[in-house]
Amino acid sequence: MQQPSQWRRRGTFFVLLALCLLLAGCSSALMDPKGDIGEAQRSLILSSFGLMMIVVIPVIVLTVAFGWHYRRNNTVAQYLPDWAHSNVIEAIVWLVPVVIVAILAVITWRSSHELDPHRPLESDEPTLEIQAISLDWKWLFIYPEQGIATVNEVAMPVNRPVRFRVSSGSVMNSLFIPRLGTQIYAMAGMDNDVHLVGNEIGTYWGRSTNYSGAGFAGMVFDALVTSDEDFDTWVEQVRAEGEPLSYPEGYSELAERSSFVDVRYFSDVTPEFYERLVSSFHTGTDPETETQDADRAPAVDTNEAYQSTDNQEGERSDDDQLISNEAGG
Amino acid sequence: MATDTMHHGAHADEHHDHDHHDVAGTKVFGFWVYLMSDLVIFGTLFATYAVLMGGTAGGPSGADIFELPLILFGTFALLISSFTFGMGVLAMNANRVGQVKMWLIVTFVLGLMFLGMELYEFNHLIHEGYGPDRSAFLSAFFTLVGTHGLHVTFGMIWILVMLVQLQTKGINPATRPRILCLSLFWHFLDIVWICVFSFVYLMGVL
Amino acid sequence: MFGKLSLEAIPLHDPIIVVVGLGMVVGAIALLGALTYFRKWGWLWNEWFTSVDHKKLGIMYFAVALVMLLRGFADAIMMRSQQALAAGGSMGFLPPDHYDQIFTAHGVIMIFFVAMPMVIGLINLVVPLQIGARDVAFPFLNNLSFWLFAVSALLINISLVLGEFAKTGWLAYAPLSGIEYSPGVGVDYWIWALQISGIGTTLTGINFFVTILKMRTKGMTMFRMPIFTWTALCANVLIIASFPILTATIALLTLDRYFGMNFFTNELGGNVMMYVNLIWAWGHPEVYILILPAFGVFSEVIATFARKRLFGYHTMVWATVAITVLSFIVWLHHFFTMGAGANVNAFFGIMTMIIAIPTGVKVFNWIFTIFRGRLELTSPVLWTLGFIITFTLGGMTGVMLALPAANFVLHNSLFVIAHFHNVIIGGVVFGMLAGLTYWFPKAFGFTLSEKWGKRSFWFWITGFYTAFMPLYVLSFYGAARRMQSYPNAEWQPWMIVAWVGSVLIAIGIACTLIQFYVSIRDRHKNQDVTGDPWDARTLEWSTSSPPPFYNFAHEPVVGDIDSFWTQKQRGIEQAEEKDYKDIHMPKNTWAGPIISVFAMIFGFAMIWHIWWLAIVGAVGTLVSFIARVFNDDIDYYVPAAEVERIEQAHLKRLEAHS
Repeated sequence: MQQPSQWRRRGTFFVLLALCLLLAGCSSALMDPKGDIGEAQRSLILSSFGLMMIVVIPVIVLTVAFGWHYRRNNTVAQYLPDWAHSNVIEAIVWLVPVVIVAILAVITWRSSHELDPHRPLESDEPTLEIQAISLDWKWLFIYPEQGIATVNEVAMPVNRPVRFRVSSGSVMNSLFIPRLGTQIYAMAGMDNDVHLVGNEIGTYWGRSTNYSGAGFAGMVFDALVTSDEDFDTWVEQVRAEGEPLSYPEGYSELAERSSFVDVRYFSDVTPEFYERLVSSFHTGTDPETETQDADRAPAVDTNEAYQSTDNQEGERSDDDQLISNEAGG
Repeated sequence: MATDTMHHGAHADEHHDHDHHDVAGTKVFGFWVYLMSDLVIFGTLFATYAVLMGGTAGGPSGADIFELPLILFGTFALLISSFTFGMGVLAMNANRVGQVKMWLIVTFVLGLMFLGMELYEFNHLIHEGYGPDRSAFLSAFFTLVGTHGLHVTFGMIWILVMLVQLQTKGINPATRPRILCLSLFWHFLDIVWICVFSFVYLMGVL
Repeated sequence: MFGKLSLEAIPLHDPIIVVVGLGMVVGAIALLGALTYFRKWGWLWNEWFTSVDHKKLGIMYFAVALVMLLRGFADAIMMRSQQALAAGGSMGFLPPDHYDQIFTAHGVIMIFFVAMPMVIGLINLVVPLQIGARDVAFPFLNNLSFWLFAVSALLINISLVLGEFAKTGWLAYAPLSGIEYSPGVGVDYWIWALQISGIGTTLTGINFFVTILKMRTKGMTMFRMPIFTWTALCANVLIIASFPILTATIALLTLDRYFGMNFFTNELGGNVMMYVNLIWAWGHPEVYILILPAFGVFSEVIATFARKRLFGYHTMVWATVAITVLSFIVWLHHFFTMGAGANVNAFFGIMTMIIAIPTGVKVFNWIFTIFRGRLELTSPVLWTLGFIITFTLGGMTGVMLALPAANFVLHNSLFVIAHFHNVIIGGVVFGMLAGLTYWFPKAFGFTLSEKWGKRSFWFWITGFYTAFMPLYVLSFYGAARRMQSYPNAEWQPWMIVAWVGSVLIAIGIACTLIQFYVSIRDRHKNQDVTGDPWDARTLEWSTSSPPPFYNFAHEPVVGDIDSFWTQKQRGIEQAEEKDYKDIHMPKNTWAGPIISVFAMIFGFAMIWHIWWLAIVGAVGTLVSFIARVFNDDIDYYVPAAEVERIEQAHLKRLEAHS
C-alpha cells in the first residue's frame, strides 16, 4: 500500500498551488483544518483532485485544440469523413480512466476504513464522550462523565480524542464542525457516532448541515478546543452556572421550538438522559418512568434496523446490517 | 406465453396490413412492459415490508394475528380463478363468446370471494385495535396486501368492462388483445399473491 | 364543504407572492381573453390539445418546460439575492417560511417540470422520425402522458396563490415531510403534483420503450439506430425501472400523512432511513434519465457539424448501456454520512467511480469525432464544446464527492450544489438548448437565429462559472446548503459574485427568448425548404420540415448506421416512388385532456381534504378512461390521393427553391 500515499503526497504537492489560488488563500476551514481527521481529509481531497487532473486537463486542451484546428474553414487540416474507429485510441481512452479509477478505488477503500467515523482514534489519552442531540433548532451537548450539559456550545481538551454520540429529538440533522472534519447524521431513535480530535487551541464554529425546517439557519454553535486546565475550568463554570436538566420534564421544555438560541449551561443532568431519549422512540415510552401511554405498551424493540443504544465496544458490525436491510429497496 | 399471445394478436390484425406494424402484438408487449413496472412497485412494497417486519412497536407480530385457514381459502379462490380465466382465453381462441363470458363471470365471482376474505381480515384486525396506524409493521402489512387487493379490484372492474364489450362488440380485433392483457394482469396478480402468501403469511407464522 | 380550503389560504401577508400571484392571474386572464378574442379555442383544442401527433406533443412539452423554466429561474434569482444579502446577522428579504418554499420549488420545478419535459419533449419530437416510424406505439397514451404532466405543472403553480408549497427540500426527506413536522398543505402539493406527473412519465417510458423496440423501419437493426435513439431507449428503461419506486415511495408518504401510518415516522417502528434509501433508489437513476438523452444530442450534433461519422459508435452504445446498469447500484453515495459501515460506504463509492469510466470514454469519443473532421462552430456546437469542458469538471467534483472520506466534509455543503449544477446545467441544460437549436427547423421549417443563439451561449457559460465557482470556494469555508441566512460575514463577497452569475444567466435566458422572437419575425428569411438544413446524417432529415403528420410517405429502408448520409453521398434520389398507398393513422382524442383534468381535480381535492370533490375526481378519471375504451372510432386511413397531394406540394416547393 505504498503507492496511494505516494500519490497522495505527489498530488498534494502539485495541486496545492492551483487550489490555493482558487481559494484566495489557504485559510478556509477545509484547507486549514485544526484536527487530524480534517488534515487527512484535506490531503485526500487534494490528491484525488490532482489525480483527476490527468484526465481533466487533456480533455480541456484537446477540446479547445481540436475544436480550433479542425474548424470548418481550416482547409489545410486533415479531413477523413469516414474515419470512425481506431483500436489504439479506443484502448487508450478506456485504459487511462480504468487505471485512474483503479488507483482511486484503492484510495477509497483505504480512506473509508481509516477515516471511518465510527473508528476510535489512536491516542494515549482516554477518549472523551460527548452526546450531541439535535433539537428544533439547537444542539444539546451532554457530558455523561461530568454530569453536565450545554446548548450550542461544546468544549473539548486539545489533542484529546472525542467520541460524539449523535442522535436527534426531532427530524434529521447533521453535526459538522468544519475545522475538525467529518460530519454525521443525527436521527431520532438512532445512536450514531463520530470520532474527532482538535489539535490546536481555538474556537471553531459548527452547525447542522442537514436542512431541518424553519429554524435551520440558526442551528450554529461554537466548538472550543481548550487546554486541559481551561477545559476543567469550563466544566466547573458550567456546573456552577448551570440549572438542573431532567428527563423527561426538563427535556420537553428544552425541546420546544426555538432558533438562534443563546448558549445555556446545565448541571445535574438526569443519568442515562441520552439513552432514554434514544430508546423512547423505539417503544414510545420511557422505560425508567411509570408514565406509560396506554397505546404504547412496553416491549423490547426487535427492529434490527435500529442500532442498539449501547455500542461502547465500538462493535460496528450491526451498522453493515443496518444498511443491508435497506439495500433491498 | 409471450410469443404465444403475440402470435394470436398477429392473427387478429392481418386483414389490414399495409406497410403497418402488428398492432395487437405491440399492445400485448406494451402491457408486459407495464406489468414489469408494476412489479417494481410490488418489489418496493415487499422490501419495505421486509425492513419494517420487526417494527411492531409493542404491537402484535405476524404470528399473533395471521389466521392461515382463512387466508388459505382466499388463496385457493384466487388460484382457481387463474385457471378459470385460462379456460376463458381458450374459449376465446375457439371463438365461443358465450363460454368466454361464462368463464369471466366465474372468475369475477372467485375474485369477489378473495376480496371478501381480505376485507373480512382487515375489518377483523382493525376491530381488534390492530389497524395500519398501530405500528410500522402493520402499516407495511396493510399496504402490501391492500395494494394487491386494489389491483384485484381494478381487475374485476376490467372484467365487468369486458363483459359489456363482449356483449356489444363480441370477439374482434379490439376486444381480443384486451382480454389477453387482462388475462396477463390476472395471472400476474396470482403470482404476486403467491409471493405475498409465502413471504408474508407463511414466513410470518413459521 | 371545502375541507381545509378557505380565503385564508391566499397568502396575502407576503407582498412578493401577492405581486407574483397577481401577475400570474392577470397573465392567465389576458391569455384566455386573447384566445377567446381571436377565436383560437377551437384551433387550440383540435390542432394541439387533442393531438396524438408525437411532434406536436414534443413541441407542447417544450413550450410548458420553457414557461416553467422562467418560474424556476425566478426562484433561483431570489435565492441568490437572499444569500447575497443575509450575511452576518442580516435576515435578508425572505423569511425562512418563504425562502424554504423557494428552494424546494426551485429543485422540484427544475427537475420535474423543466428538465424532464425538455428531455421527453425532445424524445417525442425526434425518436419516431429517427427510427422511420409514423407514430409511437400508443398515441393516445402519449397524449395522456403529456396532459398528466401539464396538469401537475398547473397544480404546482396553484400552490403559489393558494396555500403554500413544501418547505422540505426537493426530495421531502422524512420525517420532516411527515404530518407531525409539516402539517400544512405544502407537502401535499408536492405529493400530488409528483404522483400525477410521475405516472405520466412511467407511461411515456413504456410507450417509447415499445416504440423503439417494435416500430423501427425496415433494415434498422438495433446497432443501426442513431445514438440519440439509443440514449432515449436507455433513459426509458431507467424510467420503467425507477419511476415505480418513486410512485410507491410517495404513496407510502401519503399513507403516513393521510392515514396516520408509520412508514417514515420517528415513532412506532417507522424507519426514516428507509425513506432516504427509497427516494435515492429512484433519484439516482433519475439523473441519468436526464443526462443520457443529452449525451445523445451531443453525439448527433458533433457528428453532423464535424461532417464526420461518430467516433466509436459501438463503444458509445455500450458505454450508455453500462451507465444504465450501474446507475442502479450507486444510490447510497447520496448519504455516506448516515453512518453506514466503512465496507458499505467504500463499495458504493467505488461503484460510483466506475461510472466515470464509460462517461470518460464518451467524452473522448466526442473529442475524437472532431479529430480529422470539419467542425462548423454553430451554436449547437458551442453548447457541445461548453458541455464537454463543463461536464468534465462536474464529473471530477462528482468523483470527489464519491470518496466517502472526502464526502464527510463536502456533503450537504454548497459543494454539492455547485457539483450538480455543474453537471445539470453543463450537461442537461446545454444539451437541451443544443437539441432545441438543432431540431427546431425540423419542427417548424425555419432555423433559429445563430447570432442570438451564440449570445445566449456566452452568457450562460460565463454566468454558470461566475455563479457556481464561488459556491465551490464557499463550501471549503464550511457553507451549508439551504441556509436562509448565515452569521459568517466574510462569505458575502463570494455570494455577491454568485448573484452576478445568476444575473448573467438571466441575460442568457433573455437572449433565448429574443432568439425566438427574432427567428419567428425572420422566419421567411430563415426558411428551410429542403428539410435538411445542416446536411445531417439521420433519417429525420430525409423528410420535409415540418414533416407531414404521417412523417414518411414511404417507409424508409435503412442499410447502415448513418443511412441518410450514405444515401446522399452516393447520390441516390429520394422519393422517386410515385406509388402512394393509404396510410393508417390514429385519430385525435379528447380523452387525454379530460382524464387529466379529472386527475388534477382529484389531486387538488386531496390536497385540501375536500373529500366529496376527491370522489368526483377519482370517479371522473375512471369513467372517462372507460369511456375511451368503449370508443372504437380511434383510427382512420389517409387516402393515397391525399398523401400524393401533400407530397407533390412539397416537391413543388423544393423545385421552386432550387
